[in-house]
Amino acid sequence: MASSPRLRAVLFRVLQAIPVVIGVVVISFLLTRALPGDPAVYFAGVAADEASIEQTRVAMGLDKPLIQQFFVYAGDLLRGDLGQSLSSGRPVATDLANRLPASLELTLSAFVIAISIAVPLGVLAATRPGTWVDHLCRLLVTAGVSLPTFFTGIVLIYVFYYHLGVAPSPLGRLDFIYLSPDHVTGFYLIDAAIAGDWETWWGAAKQLMLPAVTLALFTLAPIARMTRAAMLSALSSDFIRTARAAGLSNGRVLYGYAFRNALLPVVTTLGMVFSFALGANVLVEKVFAWPGIGSYAVEALVVSDYAAVQGFVLAMALLFVALNLAIDLLYTVIDPRIGFEAQ
Amino acid sequence: MKDTLNIDAPQPSGSLDHLVYVLRSNPVTLIAFGMLGFILFCATLGPSLVPYDPLLTNASKALQPPSWDHWFGTDNVGRDVFSRVIVATRLDLSISVAAVAISFVVGSILGAIAGYWGGWLDIVLNRFLDTIMAFPLFVLAMGIVAALGNTIENIIYATAIINMPFYARLVRAEVNIRRNSGFARAAKLSGNSDLRVLAMHIFPNALPPMMVQVSLNLGWAILNAAGLSFIGLGVRPPTPEWGIMVAEGANFIVSGEWWLAVFPGLWLMMAVFTFNLLGDGLRDIVDPRKRT
Repeated sequence: MASSPRLRAVLFRVLQAIPVVIGVVVISFLLTRALPGDPAVYFAGVAADEASIEQTRVAMGLDKPLIQQFFVYAGDLLRGDLGQSLSSGRPVATDLANRLPASLELTLSAFVIAISIAVPLGVLAATRPGTWVDHLCRLLVTAGVSLPTFFTGIVLIYVFYYHLGVAPSPLGRLDFIYLSPDHVTGFYLIDAAIAGDWETWWGAAKQLMLPAVTLALFTLAPIARMTRAAMLSALSSDFIRTARAAGLSNGRVLYGYAFRNALLPVVTTLGMVFSFALGANVLVEKVFAWPGIGSYAVEALVVSDYAAVQGFVLAMALLFVALNLAIDLLYTVIDPRIGFEAQ
Repeated sequence: MKDTLNIDAPQPSGSLDHLVYVLRSNPVTLIAFGMLGFILFCATLGPSLVPYDPLLTNASKALQPPSWDHWFGTDNVGRDVFSRVIVATRLDLSISVAAVAISFVVGSILGAIAGYWGGWLDIVLNRFLDTIMAFPLFVLAMGIVAALGNTIENIIYATAIINMPFYARLVRAEVNIRRNSGFARAAKLSGNSDLRVLAMHIFPNALPPMMVQVSLNLGWAILNAAGLSFIGLGVRPPTPEWGIMVAEGANFIVSGEWWLAVFPGLWLMMAVFTFNLLGDGLRDIVDPRKRT
């Protein structure tokens, strides 16, 4: 097993994620214990007297030292127990699991849209500096990072729903005239396609379009900017000059050599972009009443349902750590040099 | 605006010429400075110049479209949207300036200590920063505000915490590459204490890139604070604030009353855009190589 340097690099990277996960759990533990006032008073309820507060304190283990509380908390996490949501009455973990596919479907569609526009745009801008493509790219990039996602969403609703009437009403994943498809993956587009119900598929796609575009507009800017910069620096490097001097065709130089090398920094930026996208996701879900984990957290915040909010924060952090790990592993796959450096 | 001029203090000769040269070749930065002046004007004098009281309701004039009397129209209880947008500038700007100031100071101290002394301090700080960055930052801010309590001060602290890693890392890198440089050793040999060498000789070198970071961060901090109040954290109605005004206006957009949400949103966008342009412009002045 240790004979393959690439495999060893992958294992090393996976091991590196462990301290980060521990750090994330410590911080989210501190956040749950930093609740305003006394958590026992809060969880005992409004009508609690001295005795029942004390009872809750003992029941929740809040009378034990902080270190011991932490291990109890970590043990609960290992069993998948994030506590009970006050507003829905169900375990937070169940609620999050039910709503996660909606959020993932939105975020991933937005990423597909953003990447399929931003990467070609960045490449075009880098290969034709000074032309209208380049200027368009620069304008999009600077405007894109200044756009508040919640504002873009509202403007899109106004234009496409109120004015043009082409978009369905911005309320959730599926209009009430459709039945939601049978649950297989939780992704409506995939589930409807599996069921062969193309009418529902189209309904879900229409509903998804505006929120996904809103999120894509926000994530497009950093990807396009990085693609352009990476492509420019790749095109000005020695190996491209050599390739051109050797008489390789323009397309081969561009896509076979320059683009492959420019891809590495772009993949690295994706990590940061995901961080922003997961945050912006919350705002987009609120604007479009999208029933994902973001709007779940916002609803929980309004009614001070702390267990739900902290569960959401922890779930998002773990999701983000996993995404970063996946991106780094992807990096190991596409960069042939990396496996040897780890030796 | 003193800060931006200070950037050129460490390089005395020809820096003003350079500044003029860069600004002339980059009129966009000049426009950004103009827009910044306008925003600061709104924040300082705005509240005393606006035509209406931002909290004054008038049921007979509810939901009027933009007109000569009400440039940005009126909202659902008849308040003047223009007055509210201008008055909100001060609050939004103070939140982000306060947050960025805190993260600047705390990040500089932590980063300078870790970069200068290194060792286990450095390792601990890096682990800590990695852990903060392991959270999606807006989500962490939500969690912090939920845990500490729903007030404007906690919005400021949360924004400061999520911005802090950027400063700490920047200062750490800048200090680390200079701690064994000739001028630092010379200063140490002539009898300066470690603290003095660090604060008076090494740290000032980190200021130019820090200023670029401050400008870019201010825009981001405004977006962040507005985003938090958009989901109902921090600022409470009826206080005029851009995020909350967009959130309230969103309820009317589906029935066509666009001016409630669009004007505060545009204003917010303009403020963020200004700081981003300014940051890019400052980067050109400070480090021409990083132009993209």
